[in-house]
Amino acid sequence: MKVISEFFKKVRRGAPGDKIFQAIALTVSLVLPLTILAIFVVLWRQSEISREMFGIGFIWDSTWSNSEQVFGALPVIYGTVVTAGVAVLLAGPVGLGIAAFLAEIASPRINSVVGFVIEILAAIPSIVYGIWGFFVFGIFLREWIVPPTQFLFGWIPFFQGTFVISTVFTACLVLSVMILPTVAAISRDVLNAVPGDQREAMLALGATRWEMFSKAVLPYAKNGVLGAVFLGLGRALGETIALTYVIGNSQVLFDTFFQQGSTMAQSIASLFGASTSNVLRSSLLEIGLILFLLTFLVNVGARLLVRGISSQPTESG
Amino acid sequence: MTGVAYACTLIALIPLVAIIFETVRQGLPAWDAEFFTGLPSTYGDGGGVSNAIVGSAIIVGMAGLMAVPVGILSGIYLAEYGDNRLGGFLRFVADVMTGAPSIVIGILGYSVFVIATGQSAGIFGSIALAILVLPVVIRATEEIVRLVPGDLREASLALGIPRWKTIMRVVVPTALSGIVTGVILAMARAAGETAPLLFTVGTSSFMSYNPFEGQMMTLPMAIYEQSAYGGDVLETAWGGALLLLVIIVTLNLIARLVFKGHSVR
Repeated sequence: MKVISEFFKKVRRGAPGDKIFQAIALTVSLVLPLTILAIFVVLWRQSEISREMFGIGFIWDSTWSNSEQVFGALPVIYGTVVTAGVAVLLAGPVGLGIAAFLAEIASPRINSVVGFVIEILAAIPSIVYGIWGFFVFGIFLREWIVPPTQFLFGWIPFFQGTFVISTVFTACLVLSVMILPTVAAISRDVLNAVPGDQREAMLALGATRWEMFSKAVLPYAKNGVLGAVFLGLGRALGETIALTYVIGNSQVLFDTFFQQGSTMAQSIASLFGASTSNVLRSSLLEIGLILFLLTFLVNVGARLLVRGISSQPTESG
Repeated sequence: MTGVAYACTLIALIPLVAIIFETVRQGLPAWDAEFFTGLPSTYGDGGGVSNAIVGSAIIVGMAGLMAVPVGILSGIYLAEYGDNRLGGFLRFVADVMTGAPSIVIGILGYSVFVIATGQSAGIFGSIALAILVLPVVIRATEEIVRLVPGDLREASLALGIPRWKTIMRVVVPTALSGIVTGVILAMARAAGETAPLLFTVGTSSFMSYNPFEGQMMTLPMAIYEQSAYGGDVLETAWGGALLLLVIIVTLNLIARLVFKGHSVR
C-alpha cells in the first residue's frame, strides 16, 4: 500500500505523471503504424493461393478466365493506370487554374465562397458520383459529347467503338471530376504559401500578372503543385464505388476509350463478394496488396513534394 | 491568364454543381413519410431507409468511439512530443494513410473478422471505418494543437503545473473547437464511405439495433443496392443519395461554424 501511495504522491508532484502521460500517448500513437503492418501481413498471407499458383508473373499476365481459373493482374493494373492517368491529365491543369484563380485573382469574399464550395465537393461521397455518373452524366455523354467526338476524332483508333454508358471514357471523366476538388484545394494552399514578396518584386519590375504567375509564383510552387496532382492521382488509383457504376467490370486489355474496362479497386468491389472460387478470392486479395503498395508509393511521393513547400500540408478529401 | 483562370473555375464548377442539382431534383420526390419510416425493398415503390439511417448512425458512431480517442491522443503526442525522428515517422505514416484505398481496408476487415467469426456484423464495418478516418483525426488534432500559443503552456508550467496537466487542462481546452471540427469532418467522411462496408456489414431489409451480430443496412449500401433497380426503387436510391448529401453538407457547415465561433486564441 505504501508503495502505491508513494507512487501517487510522485504522480501528483509531476515528473512521473509526465512520463506516464507520454508513454500512454506514445503507445496509442503506435496503433496506426501497427495497423498498416497488419494490413500487409494479412493481405500477404491471404493471397497465398494466388501467389503460389501464378508466381510473380501474376503482374504481367493478361489472362482472366473464370472457366480455367487463371487470373492475371495485367488487365486491372492497365485499367487503373490508364483511367487514373487520363483523369490526372484532365484534372491537373484545370485544378491548377482554379487554384490560380483563388490565390491570385479572386477577392477575399469570392475566395471564401468558392473555397467552401470546393471543400464541400471534395466531401461528396463516391457513391453519389457513381449514380450521377451512370444515370445522368453517362446519358449526357451519349447524347451530346460522344457523337461529335467520334465525328471529329473517329479516325484515331482510341476513339473507335460503340459507346455504351459504362466505358473507360466515362470512367476517366468521372474520375477527373472527382479528384478536381482535391487537386484544386491543395494547389490553392500551396500557392497561398508562396511569399507575397515574390509577387511584388516581379510586379515592381513591370511584369504582367501572367508573367508574374508563370515566372515568379509557379517555379516556387512547382513541387507543391506536383504533390497536389500526385495526391489526386492517389485518390484516382484507389477510387472504387463510383467506378463500379461507370467502367463496366470487364477484365480485358481495352484498346479504345469506348470499350468497357476495369480497375483494381473496382474489380475487388465487383467480384469479391459474389465469388465462390478460392483462386479468384486469393487473386483479388493479391490485387488488393498490389493496389495498397501502389497508392502507398504515390502518396509517399506526394507528401514528400508537398512538404517541400508548405510546412503544414492539409488534406481536404 | 485571368481569362484562363476564370474559365477553369467555371468548367470545374459546372459538373460539380450539376451533381448537387441532379441529386436534389431526382431525390426530393422520394422524400415522403414512408421514406423515413419504412424498410427498404427492391420492388414496388422501394420502401424507406429507416433501418439504413439507424445502421449508419450506429456504425459511424462506434467508428468514432474507436477512432476519436486514439486519434486525438496520437495528435497530441505528435504536437507536444513529436519533434524528433519518431514523431516525424508517425506523422508521415498518418499523412500517407489519409490516401489509403478504402476497398483494401474493406477486404482486410473481411479477411480478419468475417472469416474468423463466419458472419458479418456492424462492428466490423465500424473497425474498417475507424482505420480509415484515424489518420484524418490525428493530423487535424496535431495541426490545431500546434496553433496553441507557447505563452499559454509557459504560463501554466511556470505555475509549477506538470506538463501532462498543462496539456490536458490548458492546451486541449484552448484547441477544443478545432479538434471538434476535425472530428466532425472525419465523421462526415466515414458516413459516406461504401467500400469498407461492402464485405464487412452487407445489407439488410430488416431493422437491426445490434452491431455485434448479423448484417445491417447503412445509407451508402442502401443506395448501392437499390440503384441496381429501375423505376420507383431507383427513385428511393436517389432519395438516399440526397439524404447522404444533406447529412454531409450539414456536418461540414457545423464544423465550419464551430471553428468560426471559437477559433484558437
